[in-house]
Amino acid sequence: MLRFALRRLALVVPTFIGVTLIAFALIHFIPGDPVENLSGERGMDPARRARLLHEFGLDRPLPVQYADYVGHVLRGDLGASLTTHQPVLDEFLALFPATLELAFFAMVFAVVLGLPAGMLAAQKRNTLADYAVMGASLAGYSMPIFWWALLLILTFSVQLGWTPVSGRIAVEYDVPVVTGFMLVDTLRAGDFAAFRSAVSHLVLPAIVLGTIPLAVIARMTRSSMLEVLREDYIRAARAKGLSVMAVTIVHALRNALIPVITVIGLQVGLLLSGAILTETIFSWPGIGNWLIHGVQSRDYPVVQGGILLVAALVIGVNLVVDLLYGIVNPRIRHG
Amino acid sequence: MALLDIEGLSVAFGRPDSPIRAVDGVDLAIEPGETVGLVGESGSGKSVTALAVMGLVDPPGRVVARRIAFAGRDLAALTPAARRAIVGKDIAMIFQDPLAALDPCYTVAFQIGEALRRHGTPDERRSARRRRARALELLAQVEIPDARARLDAWPHQLSGGMAQRVMIAIAIACKPRLLIADEPTTALDVTVQAQVLELLARLTREHGMALLLISHDLAVVAQSVSRVAVLYAGQVMEEGRVPAIFASPRHPYTRALIDALPEHNVGRARLAALPGVVPSASARPPGCLLAPRCPRVRERCRIELPRPAHGEGSVLRCFYPLVPRGAVAADMGT
Repeated sequence: MLRFALRRLALVVPTFIGVTLIAFALIHFIPGDPVENLSGERGMDPARRARLLHEFGLDRPLPVQYADYVGHVLRGDLGASLTTHQPVLDEFLALFPATLELAFFAMVFAVVLGLPAGMLAAQKRNTLADYAVMGASLAGYSMPIFWWALLLILTFSVQLGWTPVSGRIAVEYDVPVVTGFMLVDTLRAGDFAAFRSAVSHLVLPAIVLGTIPLAVIARMTRSSMLEVLREDYIRAARAKGLSVMAVTIVHALRNALIPVITVIGLQVGLLLSGAILTETIFSWPGIGNWLIHGVQSRDYPVVQGGILLVAALVIGVNLVVDLLYGIVNPRIRHG
Repeated sequence: MALLDIEGLSVAFGRPDSPIRAVDGVDLAIEPGETVGLVGESGSGKSVTALAVMGLVDPPGRVVARRIAFAGRDLAALTPAARRAIVGKDIAMIFQDPLAALDPCYTVAFQIGEALRRHGTPDERRSARRRRARALELLAQVEIPDARARLDAWPHQLSGGMAQRVMIAIAIACKPRLLIADEPTTALDVTVQAQVLELLARLTREHGMALLLISHDLAVVAQSVSRVAVLYAGQVMEEGRVPAIFASPRHPYTRALIDALPEHNVGRARLAALPGVVPSASARPPGCLLAPRCPRVRERCRIELPRPAHGEGSVLRCFYPLVPRGAVAADMGT
């Protein structure tokens, strides 16, 4: 187990080198630069432009810039935003709770609905219930996020007026930021009206972001359950006279969960990339939104640092999932 | 009264208008404490018969029986819940591949305890400590070495023989009156086979438990049970007491099975074998199911299905049975 964990950790190093390189290359290869962005539509005189480029260190050859950047990263310095002049790490940490809150509830939505849906489809396979679940999950998986989001906004926000269109909380509420998680902070402040507002803002983005994981989890649970239900130990459990419920939950689900957990872990990585789109659509003030603005303003440190931090998160989550896998599956733990 | 009384048991799969009968009108009775063998080739319906008794045949399988009674209670008339109260308690079952029959996610103690929590004494149902103590007792009863250490073992840490002992411990946890053993030694090494059979024999004797031993291996059955039913294509071909049926089988199929035993083929390059395979359940011959493979087949066998004839402690389904040794004169008239 320890050796397994160490080997996994050793893989992290080349992954990080690759991530920094790609992030650096991509952002520098898109046309435009931060200075051009600052100059606006009227343009800037070439002397001033050269001075600014020199000030940002952007007049040096790319390999030198990259080496300089990596050197700073290794010392724990991700640089400062070119537009706000705040350290990238500080900006990230301030915005991250919003993304985490959104991703967390998206995942809760996906797991809470996906597991029972997959189990139902497996138990009632080749019936109407099965076809309905699998059809809905295929539709959910295939639907472009932005289109799905617009459909939901049109229906629930515009037509029915049940939920707000965008943002994290209505403007009239001023909640002191303690944890950065809006639901927690509103509750801490004892402001239930604000809490309700925060919940109503969260519902649609969480559903939109959770739809693809929901579809994947439902399908994976179904196929995993179908496989497990054919196992001898399920028949042996039934031969003990256990109720259908006990056999399904204690034996079938427990074994079926092993591959599902891996899938859930992989979805967490996808969730962060999905969050970029979802946050943009719903103007959710999280790191997805922040990264998009960073790209638009060619804010190199923000984009590079942001991508690096997101990659670190995904790698971390996958590592945790692998270790979790060992806990769920005794064959790995004692292997 | 018989402990288990099956009459006209059929299990069909496939579409109702073209059913595939895996079990086709099987009669079988087991007295309390009696050991009965059920033998036959692969696909002869042995396991499906056992599953039908356990109530574990899933749709699209359909179980039909004139009578399927346990200790006088009609199992078919019970609700699923009432049936589950009997299964695992009064009728227990062990399986062919013991390592696959144990859930890989739970320890030995948990899987034994599960049976106790479901059917055990009130004390056992309530107290986890009581269940653990009882599990240890059971492991000792099935002669698992170092039983205390095995309590917390995971299935993947057990050998096949040990896993089958654990399965037996689970099966006898609630003192069943009938144990169904479906090919209990097929997946095990030969030396372990003998130990497990011995263990089963001792447990049935000590607990006064009836045993239905299902096997394709005549040698295993011969040494373990007092009565045997020979199944072919879902029908009982012959049934009788063990010494008699092996000494002088009357059905050509039983004869062929015995002739195929390796110890009857010493010095030959190949084992004697019955040509062909069991007819697929969807393409049955119109007459006797054995007719296409039978060395003694005659015209009548191909047209008409023989009915089981009940003799004294024996059943025979054949128009032209073999004549038992020493009974030539008595048999000439039939």
